[in-house]
Amino acid sequence: MSIGTSGDTETAAVPATTATATGAELAEPRADELAALLVGQERPPRPGALSASFTFGWRAMLKIKHVPEQLFDVTAFPIMMVLMYTYLFGGALAGSVSAYIQFLLPGILVMSVVMITMYTGVSVNTDIEKGVFDRFRTLPIWRPAPMVGYLLGDVVRYLIASAVMLSVGLLIGYRPDGGIVGVLLGVALLLVFSFSFSWIWTMFGLLLRSEKSVMGVSMMVIFPLTFLSNVFVDPKTMPGWLQAFVNNSPVTHLATAVRELMAGNWPAADIAWSLGWSVVFVAVFGAVTMRLYNRK
Amino acid sequence: MTGNSAFAVETEDLVKVFGKNRAVDGVDLRVPAGTVYGLLGPNGAGKTTAVKMLATLLRPDGGRARVFGHDVVAEADTVRGRVSLTGQYASVDEDLTGTENLVLLARLLGHGRPAARDRSAQLLDAFGLAEAADRQVKNYSGGMRRRIDIAASILNTPDLLFLDEPTTGLDPRSRNQVWDIVRAVVAQGTTVLLTTQYLDEADQLASRIAVIDHGKVIAEGTKGELKASVGSGSVHVRLRDAEQRPRAERVLAGALRAAVQLDPDPVALTATVNGHGTDLGASEQAARALAELARAGITVDNFALGQPSLDEVFLALTDRKGSAA
Repeated sequence: MSIGTSGDTETAAVPATTATATGAELAEPRADELAALLVGQERPPRPGALSASFTFGWRAMLKIKHVPEQLFDVTAFPIMMVLMYTYLFGGALAGSVSAYIQFLLPGILVMSVVMITMYTGVSVNTDIEKGVFDRFRTLPIWRPAPMVGYLLGDVVRYLIASAVMLSVGLLIGYRPDGGIVGVLLGVALLLVFSFSFSWIWTMFGLLLRSEKSVMGVSMMVIFPLTFLSNVFVDPKTMPGWLQAFVNNSPVTHLATAVRELMAGNWPAADIAWSLGWSVVFVAVFGAVTMRLYNRK
Repeated sequence: MTGNSAFAVETEDLVKVFGKNRAVDGVDLRVPAGTVYGLLGPNGAGKTTAVKMLATLLRPDGGRARVFGHDVVAEADTVRGRVSLTGQYASVDEDLTGTENLVLLARLLGHGRPAARDRSAQLLDAFGLAEAADRQVKNYSGGMRRRIDIAASILNTPDLLFLDEPTTGLDPRSRNQVWDIVRAVVAQGTTVLLTTQYLDEADQLASRIAVIDHGKVIAEGTKGELKASVGSGSVHVRLRDAEQRPRAERVLAGALRAAVQLDPDPVALTATVNGHGTDLGASEQAARALAELARAGITVDNFALGQPSLDEVFLALTDRKGSAA
């Protein structure tokens, strides 16, 4: 029905020209080269669960590389914690700073690292809103891999925090009787526990709507959990109902286990409790996290 | 490969409800494999929600959807192995560089480290992004983001590529570049499901189009069918002298027995050629109308007979003026 055809498209809507630089200095895309890249390409076999998780862990490392400021909370914050509590309570609670640090350092290490875990929830929450997460979720990979990747990246952060705190402790007089082996075992147990505990934060990160609410809820959980423990003082002076809570808190078991390991002992019961709690955290909160992730 | 089907996408009565809002309300689609299929509709029509269900990001609340014969819920993993999604907002990590993004995704698709690096470098080069390879994506322009995004989607050549509003917010030059890329991808056999609010874009790229509004498909067919369903073409006339326009309007209205629009350009007018009351074809009718203009002493500088634009189709179908502009 047409003789000359035009005007077919001239009235059509033109997209708003809101983009900034057009990248005019850049080369044009080359269709012929692109075509060659698309043909006869074989798909490699899918990556395994571990490989995919480590790749996401590598992503976390790249983020640290590009935004090194995010290491502030695993360097300056732990140093502050050690110095503040050692000099604040040392004289009053143990008679001297050097006596108190022997008791306090493993505990404050546990407390600081467990506190730092809550940033996981915030980063999951801010990340999940971005387009890149849609892409991850359409990839044919092991479903928990992106979440496990976060936590693997965070384990590196916890390791940095532990190293920083132990160094500061050694400088101001901490002398662990367990030697290097005891210290490393203590840190290893702490990392396992923190990795497992972090699934609570991935859950909140997916569940809550804003970064602020994640932060708020995290504080509500983390403060009672870490302070109501045997990190600062022996629970014997506490009222009975509080002792009941403190003595059964996972943080108390962990703090005791780490303290004893670093002191050269083998606190089998507390290690078992710490690992048992870890299994529970992964089983419960890991499952809830994955359910939320799949339904998001 | 099992479950192959002549259709890349088939949906039956697909429904997604958010609260009281039926975002997708009983959509039936059949996308033939190897074609570009356009989902055209205004903002909030339910296009993105439909695509998200097909890409396994959202679970349908009703009906079913299959991709190459695989159910998107029951066989989500198989579907994920065959599709790629380029979202409305760049689906790459803005904190990472172009290279890091592509290598990361290539690794997640199973490429070994050297293969992932090679493939990333080749794609960055083909997309004209080689110089920006080591810059963080957050420093990319809108057009560059779209390109890296599409590059990320074809690290493994997908069987079905979802392009969700691929040129929203781009300047015309970047838009043309994206279109060229899409054409190159389709030429290699990938099916593309394109959502767009730009009629121009659907017209340029898609062979079949579904017009979607308020979560429902209100029209479906080839571009020609859709235009024909509005039942008319139009003749665009440019006069030499703007003062003759009122007279030309009367002459055309009389000759074609149809409404005549005065274009914003003071020398231009557009008349519908609908074939009412005559058995003449549209071109004969238009020729006759032009002859009448000449007889009335009106000088025509330029004229064109066109099929109705998709704009006209869209407005006729949705009856919602200006919704796509």
